[in-house]
Amino acid sequence: MNRHIFSVLVEDSPGVLSRVTGLFSRRGFNIESLAVGTCEQPQTSRITIVVSGNDVQIEQVKKQLNKLIEVIKVLDITEAEHVERELALIKVKADPGDARSEVLQVAGIFRAKIIDVGSDSLMIEITGDSGKIAAIEDLLKPYGVLEMVRTGKIALQRGTATVCTGR
Amino acid sequence: MKSGAQILIEGLKEQGVEVIFGYPGGVVLPIYDELYDSDIRHILVRHEQAAIHAADGYARASGKVGVCLATSGPGACNLVTGLATAYMDSIPVVALTGQVPTMLLGNDAFQESDITGITMPVTKHNYLVQDVRDLKRIIREAFFIAGTGRKGPVLIDIPKDVSTTKIPDEDGPEQQIRLRGYKPTYQGHGKQIQKAIELLISSKRPIIYAGGGVISSNASEELVAFAERMCMPITTTLMGLGCIPADHPLNLGMLGMHGTEYANYAITGSDLLFSIGVRFDDRVTGNLATFAPNAKIIHIDIDPAEIGKNKPVDVPIVGDAKIILADLLKKIPESCPHPEWSAQVQGWKTNHPLRFKEDGALRPQLVLKKLSEILGTRGVIVSEVGQNQMWTAQYFRFSRPRQWISSGGLGTMGYGFPAAMGVQYACPDEPVFVIAGDGSFQMNIQELGTIAQYQIPVKVVILNNQFLGMVRQWQELFYERRYSYTELPEVAFAKIAQAYGIEAETITDAGDVEGALQRALDHKGPYLLDFRVVREENVFPMVPAGAAISEMIVGKHTEHEEE
Repeated sequence: MNRHIFSVLVEDSPGVLSRVTGLFSRRGFNIESLAVGTCEQPQTSRITIVVSGNDVQIEQVKKQLNKLIEVIKVLDITEAEHVERELALIKVKADPGDARSEVLQVAGIFRAKIIDVGSDSLMIEITGDSGKIAAIEDLLKPYGVLEMVRTGKIALQRGTATVCTGR
Repeated sequence: MKSGAQILIEGLKEQGVEVIFGYPGGVVLPIYDELYDSDIRHILVRHEQAAIHAADGYARASGKVGVCLATSGPGACNLVTGLATAYMDSIPVVALTGQVPTMLLGNDAFQESDITGITMPVTKHNYLVQDVRDLKRIIREAFFIAGTGRKGPVLIDIPKDVSTTKIPDEDGPEQQIRLRGYKPTYQGHGKQIQKAIELLISSKRPIIYAGGGVISSNASEELVAFAERMCMPITTTLMGLGCIPADHPLNLGMLGMHGTEYANYAITGSDLLFSIGVRFDDRVTGNLATFAPNAKIIHIDIDPAEIGKNKPVDVPIVGDAKIILADLLKKIPESCPHPEWSAQVQGWKTNHPLRFKEDGALRPQLVLKKLSEILGTRGVIVSEVGQNQMWTAQYFRFSRPRQWISSGGLGTMGYGFPAAMGVQYACPDEPVFVIAGDGSFQMNIQELGTIAQYQIPVKVVILNNQFLGMVRQWQELFYERRYSYTELPEVAFAKIAQAYGIEAETITDAGDVEGALQRALDHKGPYLLDFRVVREENVFPMVPAGAAISEMIVGKHTEHEEE
């Protein structure tokens, strides 16, 4: 079992996301994370999907995705040199005093941003790979994480290569 | 100014549509009103499932795209089984459904169902038309998608207000097909073809395993020419029957669960499996590990996702079977005999023929054998699903592609009879015979009304054993003859047919089989024959599910028949 990141260009049309996710559940593929948004081309969205499976399963994922009429391009960017990021918002309990200054210090070390300050809480915005987000989450837990939200993973190949040009 | 309904009918005419099978309802009234004046023929069925099966039968027999039309909600939902049937067998169909007005979408309005959501897994693609200005383009795209690449069903859902809204008639770039993500591959990859040639030339025991892809790409001629040049025997899947004439010396008939012994032995003994337009389905391969265990595999398919899906392949070639076979014929000019292998295969063929007890009893196989003799190379045979289907596949001598119409992948009981109506419209001059069991016939028996109304001259042959025969066979062989809910009461099918004004006969004696079939053939209109066959006849050979295909049960008879 290996983890693969697929970068998928799709028509920006209603229903396209449900076609993609429906395909995964129907064929028994497991989505670990998924992120969708518009991209550099007009009327086009980019879906980044992280999926685990053996080589045969991963090959099928790619081929089945390609069969969808509204899928324009599929690239498994795992093997290529690439950069991956996630973003998380973490709301931490931070009473005025020691706790608050310690939380601020942790945020500083991780180069996270404070994006909301309440009388006894802070909201922290952190970007990075999964490991970095897990690390700050662990460090903040003792102070009391009130709420947390994270995006799916997004990724791009390094250099001039794009999904359309291949690797 | 033109209404959506007008644009739709004109769009269908542009695609060359001659006949539509359908059933009206509230939200398709504007479309039906346009049809009233159109020269497109509309056949009113008795249930929407029959409409899509008929469109599917029309497509299989003609090679063109079949079209059906249903109203929203229940009408649309009744198409689902037919869409799944067409999807599994890669049949080009465009299904048109009405939808509640766009304003009411998502409101649980009367007769609303999310048919694009429901049919996503069983269509090649589907559309909900939300703006009448998209309609012309969508119709073009739907027919293009359905009829190209790996063919399949496409559904277009049309809200009532889209049908009634009038817009200026335009045919600019906005109305042209716009499909960035859809580019089927037709030409085979040169390097892979070269690798295939090396394997083909060096093989000592090659065999061709051909399927529905050969039929849908119209590659039968090239296939037979190639097999003759390479002296390769051909075995076909259920879907591939007819791609080589049954009496051709290289033909081994069908392989797999109910295939011929010699086909299964030849597959098992081969050193090269040349697979064309097939999908290594479990009913064909049995235990995958023992399927062609000593063979290298070349696989031609237009759908890359089929290659390597079930079994690893040595040489994959993505593309159209006809184009690639023509290319191979050009590149391998010399004949390639394998006398030892040919002799071995011929030996299996001689020593293990298909056989049934010819003891004067009215056995279902006898009906098929006689029908095949009477029709010769004429006619199109449509089957239902179950024992009737397997006996037809085994005993009818198919001589050409598209002569055999059957639901393979989904195995849809109730498919055959309505499909035969579509087949008859595709082949008005051919006799069309439906081979049915009493179980499957009763799944869409209401279509007797349709063939009576339009005098569609379909001949219905019921192999009536008062059982759900295939399930009963499994119960006999694997569940100690505990016939749990598979016995059916006697039905006087002839009387039912006569009530619809259709001529019919009940046959109880083997000696009357030939005469009855001949009378059906000679009769101008529809005709029904109710053959009361031996009740517990089995389909043999049989490979138990999951076993190696070389391990067949052959000719065991039921306990009370054994001496």
